[in-house]
Amino acid sequence: MANFRTKADPQRYTFEGFGSDKYPNLMLRGAGDLNNWPMKTYVDQHEGYVALKQALKMEPVAVTEEVKTSGIRGRGGAGFPAGLKWSFMPKDTVDRKFTRYVVCNADEGEPGTFKDRAILEYNPHQLIEGMIIAGFAMQCQTGFIYVRGEFLWLIEKLEFAIQEAKDAGYLGKDILGTGWDYELIVHRGAGAYICGEETALLNSLEGRRGEPRVKPPFPAAKGAFGQPTTINNVETLAAVPPIIRMGGAEYAKIGLPKNSGTRVFCLSGHIKRPGLYELPLGLPLDFIMNDLAGGSSTGKKIKCVIPGGASAPVFSEKEFGTLMDFDSVRNAGSMAGSGGVIFLDEDTCMVQACLRLIRFYAHESCGQCTPCREGCNWMEMILNRIEHGQGKMEDLDLLASITPNIAGKTLCALGDAACGPMDSMLQKFRPEFEHHITHKTCMVNGHRLLANVGAH
Amino acid sequence: MNHPLPPETADHALATGERLPKSERSDFSPESIAEIQAIAAKYPDKLAATLPALHIAQRDFGFVSLDAMKAVARALSIPEGHVFGVASFYTMYQKKPVGKFHLQICTNISCALNGGAEFLEKVCAKTGCTPGSGPSADGMWSVEEAECLASCGSAPCMQVNADVYDEFIDDTKLNGILEACKRGEYRAFAY
Repeated sequence: MANFRTKADPQRYTFEGFGSDKYPNLMLRGAGDLNNWPMKTYVDQHEGYVALKQALKMEPVAVTEEVKTSGIRGRGGAGFPAGLKWSFMPKDTVDRKFTRYVVCNADEGEPGTFKDRAILEYNPHQLIEGMIIAGFAMQCQTGFIYVRGEFLWLIEKLEFAIQEAKDAGYLGKDILGTGWDYELIVHRGAGAYICGEETALLNSLEGRRGEPRVKPPFPAAKGAFGQPTTINNVETLAAVPPIIRMGGAEYAKIGLPKNSGTRVFCLSGHIKRPGLYELPLGLPLDFIMNDLAGGSSTGKKIKCVIPGGASAPVFSEKEFGTLMDFDSVRNAGSMAGSGGVIFLDEDTCMVQACLRLIRFYAHESCGQCTPCREGCNWMEMILNRIEHGQGKMEDLDLLASITPNIAGKTLCALGDAACGPMDSMLQKFRPEFEHHITHKTCMVNGHRLLANVGAH
Repeated sequence: MNHPLPPETADHALATGERLPKSERSDFSPESIAEIQAIAAKYPDKLAATLPALHIAQRDFGFVSLDAMKAVARALSIPEGHVFGVASFYTMYQKKPVGKFHLQICTNISCALNGGAEFLEKVCAKTGCTPGSGPSADGMWSVEEAECLASCGSAPCMQVNADVYDEFIDDTKLNGILEACKRGEYRAFAY
């Protein structure tokens, strides 16, 4: 047997009131219990494969309609309605039969996000069930699960779970007597953040360098191996079984209109009770921060929150009342992204935080588009010299002038992702940058975010 | 406050006349070739097996040497240049030998907020390694600064080879892990 994790996971998966009608538990059932993942537990305790049997009795188009009705939006970052994405897949015509693929994006690399890992660890069957339903709805031939290379032990577990599903007759030829054949293949990445971008992921899946492709053609027209492909995040696909089980209309009642359902928020940073919180969309940020997660862990005030993974523009104190759903966060000038919420207390030097983030983007830029490749590196160099006390006042204007030349001028969103934190931090915490230039040291005295040893 | 030094780029380009290190092996075993071809058969296109084949190469060769890349190209009948391009793009393919225990430490924002930077320094001091610059003198350790390992809620976090994944690390826990490695309780580097 493979090398499954036997050591308990120190993560927090629950909070007071979780699992009640107000805070339904759809995604994190049994999370934290290492014996939760086998098929038997999933079937016996978590209504496993009920939705699949239900879906296979429906017309494929009706399944897509159900997902459309639920209004679920992609949980990976862009928040695009999943049902709509599914309906873009071309249907077979009399003179043309398509080979269609569905791809699960489990290349979880966004700093501050760790939800997909929990789903893969504790509920791999929920993802597999979601993949089968998605495959059926779009009449796909094969499903690929692209898992980041670091999660080797999760890949072994996933492969074991897929074998279980195969033995039960949920995968393979003529699934449950429908005459439909479907296979799942797990593909292991090799450590590249950019492969979380859908077209880069497709290139990586095809065995190429993970460089994003020019769009259009979009993956629904020409995706993996040149065939129509739909790519969804782990959380989106794992939400499909609950949607089918409870019905799209019922699921749409959770959360807010146009922002329906629950989502798994990943809380980290200076917060008393970090961990995964599955919450209906549309709860205020300060409620999540203070009432659910217990406020700051250091006793200092929280001065800045990154609301949707490292790529999202930051919130300062006056935006802490924002409702945490896709549209409200966007209207507040940021993005809900991947659901990774990072809290920074007032002792955190924003120049260091900014440099740390930009260094990440400079390192992970694939190098294909000049604005991102050069721009991110220049931002890193300029921030570096500010951080080391060699900055000039003009540097701030220079930084502000670089971002408009990156954002929107690249093939994928990595360039925009780097501009988000850069612009917002500079705008909202400009005095800290100025202090760094004039006093050659941080305005606040606290945590050190950068190591004194060489970087990669 | 304490300012960090400018980062030294450990991953420098090769100097004139410098070659990538050579591995002991120069080809796959027949079993590995069969394994690679079985993987290739699963995909609609054999090129898709490049990444899995390179993982197998790393397991068999110890690291992805030029010979390993050539062996992958031969096993799949694909151009050597393509394999080199792929191998050099992804950071998990080690192009130089690493220690018996390869320690990856996340220093990204969530870990950094909880002491990831100091933690990296501590690990370097204990093992005598510099991040990204090859194994320690005794060949036991190598240290790499990794980007987000998806353990943000329980930071700081360290991954030892591919097997062990540890969170909320303090001094006692770190010593425990290093001791366990020395006792041979964990598998040696082979992804």
